Amino acid sequence: MEIQLNELKTQALEKIAAATDVKELNAVRVAYLGKKGPITDLLKGMGKLPAEDRPKMGALVNVVREEVTERLEERMEILEEQAINEKLQSETIDITLPGRPVRTGNAHPLTRVVEEIEDLFISMGYEVEEGPEVEKDYYNFEALNLPKGHPARDMQDTFYISEELLLRTHTSPVQARTMEAKGGEPIKIICPGKVYRRDSDDATHSHQFTQIEGLVIGEDIRMSDLKGTLSVFAKKMFGDDREIRLRPSFFPFTEPSVEMDISCFKCGGEGCNVCKKTGWIEILGAGMVHPNVLEMAGYDSKRLTGFAFGMGPERIAMLKYGIEDIRHFYTNDVRFLSQFERTEV
Amino acid sequence: MLVSVKWLNDYVNTQGLPPAELGEKITRAGIEVDAVIDRSEGLSNIVVGYVEACEKHPEADKLSICQVNVGETVDQIICGAPNIAAGQKVIVARPGARLPGGMKIKKAKLRGEESNGMICSLQELGIEGKLVPKAYAEGIYVLPENAEVGTDVITNFHLDDTVLELGLTPNRADAMSMLGVAYEVAAILEEEVKLPEITYTEAEEEASSMLTVNVDSPEANPLYVAKVVRNIEVKESPMWLQQRLMAAGVRPHNNVVDVTNYVLMEYGQPLHAFDYDLLETGNITVRNAKTDETITTLDGNERKLSLHNLVITNGEKPVALAGVMGGANSEVSKNTTTVVIESAYFNSASIRSTSKEHGLRSDASSRYEKGVDPNRVIPAAERAAQLLAELAGGEVLKGSVIFDELKREEKVVTVSPDFINSRLGMKIRFEDMLDILNRLQFKTEAMNNQLMISVPTRRQDIQIEEDIVEEIARLYGYDEIPSTLPEAATTPGGLSPYQLKRRVVRHYLEGAGLLQATTYSLTSEKSATHLALKPTDLTRLLMPMSEERSTLRQSLLPHLLESVSYNTARRTDSVALYETGSVFLKGQDELLNEEEHLAIAMTGLWLDNSWQDEKKAVDFFVMKGIVEGLAAKLGVELEFERGEMDGLHPGRTAFLTLEGRRIGVIGQLHPTEQKNRDLKTTIVLELSLAELFAEPTEELVYTQVPRYPSITRDVALVLSKIVEAGTVEKLIRSAGGKLLKDVRVFDLYEGDNLEAGKKSVAFSLTYFDPEKTLTDEEVTAVHENVVQTLVESGAELRS
Repeated sequence: MEIQLNELKTQALEKIAAATDVKELNAVRVAYLGKKGPITDLLKGMGKLPAEDRPKMGALVNVVREEVTERLEERMEILEEQAINEKLQSETIDITLPGRPVRTGNAHPLTRVVEEIEDLFISMGYEVEEGPEVEKDYYNFEALNLPKGHPARDMQDTFYISEELLLRTHTSPVQARTMEAKGGEPIKIICPGKVYRRDSDDATHSHQFTQIEGLVIGEDIRMSDLKGTLSVFAKKMFGDDREIRLRPSFFPFTEPSVEMDISCFKCGGEGCNVCKKTGWIEILGAGMVHPNVLEMAGYDSKRLTGFAFGMGPERIAMLKYGIEDIRHFYTNDVRFLSQFERTEV
Repeated sequence: MLVSVKWLNDYVNTQGLPPAELGEKITRAGIEVDAVIDRSEGLSNIVVGYVEACEKHPEADKLSICQVNVGETVDQIICGAPNIAAGQKVIVARPGARLPGGMKIKKAKLRGEESNGMICSLQELGIEGKLVPKAYAEGIYVLPENAEVGTDVITNFHLDDTVLELGLTPNRADAMSMLGVAYEVAAILEEEVKLPEITYTEAEEEASSMLTVNVDSPEANPLYVAKVVRNIEVKESPMWLQQRLMAAGVRPHNNVVDVTNYVLMEYGQPLHAFDYDLLETGNITVRNAKTDETITTLDGNERKLSLHNLVITNGEKPVALAGVMGGANSEVSKNTTTVVIESAYFNSASIRSTSKEHGLRSDASSRYEKGVDPNRVIPAAERAAQLLAELAGGEVLKGSVIFDELKREEKVVTVSPDFINSRLGMKIRFEDMLDILNRLQFKTEAMNNQLMISVPTRRQDIQIEEDIVEEIARLYGYDEIPSTLPEAATTPGGLSPYQLKRRVVRHYLEGAGLLQATTYSLTSEKSATHLALKPTDLTRLLMPMSEERSTLRQSLLPHLLESVSYNTARRTDSVALYETGSVFLKGQDELLNEEEHLAIAMTGLWLDNSWQDEKKAVDFFVMKGIVEGLAAKLGVELEFERGEMDGLHPGRTAFLTLEGRRIGVIGQLHPTEQKNRDLKTTIVLELSLAELFAEPTEELVYTQVPRYPSITRDVALVLSKIVEAGTVEKLIRSAGGKLLKDVRVFDLYEGDNLEAGKKSVAFSLTYFDPEKTLTDEEVTAVHENVVQTLVESGAELRS
């Protein structure tokens, strides 16, 4: 019986070693250690042995069973690991295939520019004011020192709806309205919006475009304050090393009036195609609020003074991104719009 | 305004500055120089030639073979100009010469005949065709007989000059003349202004013996000066005068017309010359036009006049439209021997309205409109008389015939140096201010710390203290202004709730995958109310540029859909755009009711993961999901109500209502509309943001995260197809009571296994009690009640 037992052990250990996967090994387990297996049979057959041999034999069978079990488990561990490895191998994916896209949209480039400017001035304590696009002649012109018949009205070809009603030619009527509403109190506002001029559309002209204007009214507002404010704006918007220069100009609603150039952000002032070899780029018009404008809105122009400035987001976007045709802003070609997705911060 | 630098130097020394540098100085001081044009750019080796012989080319009808004396040699040159003839002095570009545009002249053979250069037109020297005298507009230019053969054309005929193109703002009418520019440059460069010296010999006879002047409208014409010049010879002007006019952008005609234009450019004072004999009456009467009166102006147009048009008449009929253009009936021609020179001051408003009414702007009217210098009216007339005596051999009659009621006092502006410095935020010294005012030739008197400044009449733009502030600042230099920030108390800036909500909408929609578009507010009459939520009467422009942009839109969708079509036509098949912008509705008010709307248009695929084979086309429910998400974001409850609208699919359209008000619409485009726009299935939305944002936002209140589990039960129903899921949902909710927390459709089936006209809808019901864990029995009791209610209402349970 002992011989028989050893043979069984040898056989079982051989089969364990030969098993190549979990399934085979399980078959070995059932074959040798199962309820109907030969080791169990041996244990069952112990009853036929003389009583004194039983303990010894029992111990022997247990030793064999333990050894087989131990070896089987060792083998099982190896084979299980092997099985996992095989599974992982078979589950390998091509990680170069494209990811599942997250659908995103983005703001129009003009919104992007306008909001950047809004946020910059909000951080300096400005409020955002808006007004109607169909405007009264009074707010668009008369309240801004442009009475009927004034030659400077020719500077802005106007779409009239009736003699007294028009499509605003600039966002300045919002300033006039705000001044009237504030009844002589200090003001610090920025006014973005759509404006209209009687122009034929081409690469550089659009009958509809956007403007953003600023107005500050208070005690002792000086031209140096305008220059300082515009300088902060230019640096934040176009880069810390931007310089500004003011050139005299004319707007009926400001006196003195200026135009502001910034040092070219492409060449830094050396001269390139963006700045047309001058080193400077014209960005906006500005000036000290004309006393007639203040008085018409009920302000005491001897006590309160102010400055105003205005610029065109289209022009800024065109310069900043090198956009060649203003009509792109209104055609809404997806291949154009979607280029303004990524952040620049 | 085009300013010849050579001509400018007649009045002010420009210190030999390179023109570009001079231009920069002028720009920095306030008048923008738009361009610096070198008139001789690209020109070399161009000489005076004498055509000794000229005969037809045997092989070409239009060509002539010329033997041209160019000084050293007589060269054969082939010329194609129709006006070439023997005996002419001409402009010859010799072999090796360069012409504008980089053209290089070489020896050549034309149809077998040798050609040693080119005989040039003025256009070939870079002069604009419209400025070339009419006689030479179609051929070569013929030089005066005294031109010296072989000499350089560029230097001898004043082409070695640079022109500064000034971009004048409406306030600087004073710079619409060479003298005005001279005053400006003199102030910048600290130089003197040299005025033209006017001397000529007068005849014994008085001008008044030949001419009388009456002014019936002194308001519109407070000053009228007429001079009479007789025995003149009308001919071509000398080259220097022609070239100066061309440099200034004026076409030379004859010496008389050229003199009036020259003085106009020099003084900024418009002049007009009448043929004295054609006036017939020896009288000039200035009056308002009569009803039904007409005049044929020099441009050949017959113009019907109205009562407020000011006209110059011979006492009977109009001979000129005052300040705008002369009449053909009194035009100076080569037969003219006696001329009347008019120099007048016309009221700017009168000229402006007449010029506008007749759509006629001339060099004269554009100056009158902005106001001329009252103190130059008489000197300009004298200057013209002098030039006519010199250049046309005329005899100037003694004195002038004058009507004069014009006040020409200088405006006095009083300002304190402190005011100037406080407005600028600077500390300019008093002496420096005085120096600048001196340079501008403004007379000043200082008294009690106040400056009393007499402003010359040429500077009518200077009216108030702030104007003086600008004059001081621009000549002192804007670079000298320091940079400061307003010293007032800081204020909290920010966006209004409305503006913040607009940004919330923008971020939400972009997160949902939509691109922001911007379209035009002006549209055609036809599209103005198409797909409009609340169409009103149309708002049309008085003078549209085109029918396409004639009317204000009442809906954003037509243009947004145009943008979608634009993209699909360019093979971008999936497009999802949104726009926020105003629509313009007629209301009670004088102003329009401008309402901000949101529009969305989508076509093609919503989801497209090609290699994973996951595709989902846009449909009504994609749009509905976007709107529901938006409403949730804004904390408002939108209701969807079946409806119909022209242009939308009648079975796939819903109106959006908020608190019972209809504020929007979503739907699929009608197949016909889609076909017309060349679109596949397209879903649209338009929603009034103004209405949506007007709803007050409720405070956000936190509810405790549930401590007890919820229990879910499903119910599948077979319903008639016409029964809407929303109706059933409402029924479920009311039957479920307060334990029913949520109802969700999780399956819809309309297939073969069902009876015709039926559909199966499955709902998932979530029950929850915030106070305790619900028992199975409690849920079952409520759920049975729900099922019972449904069955009683006609629904069939699906097994």
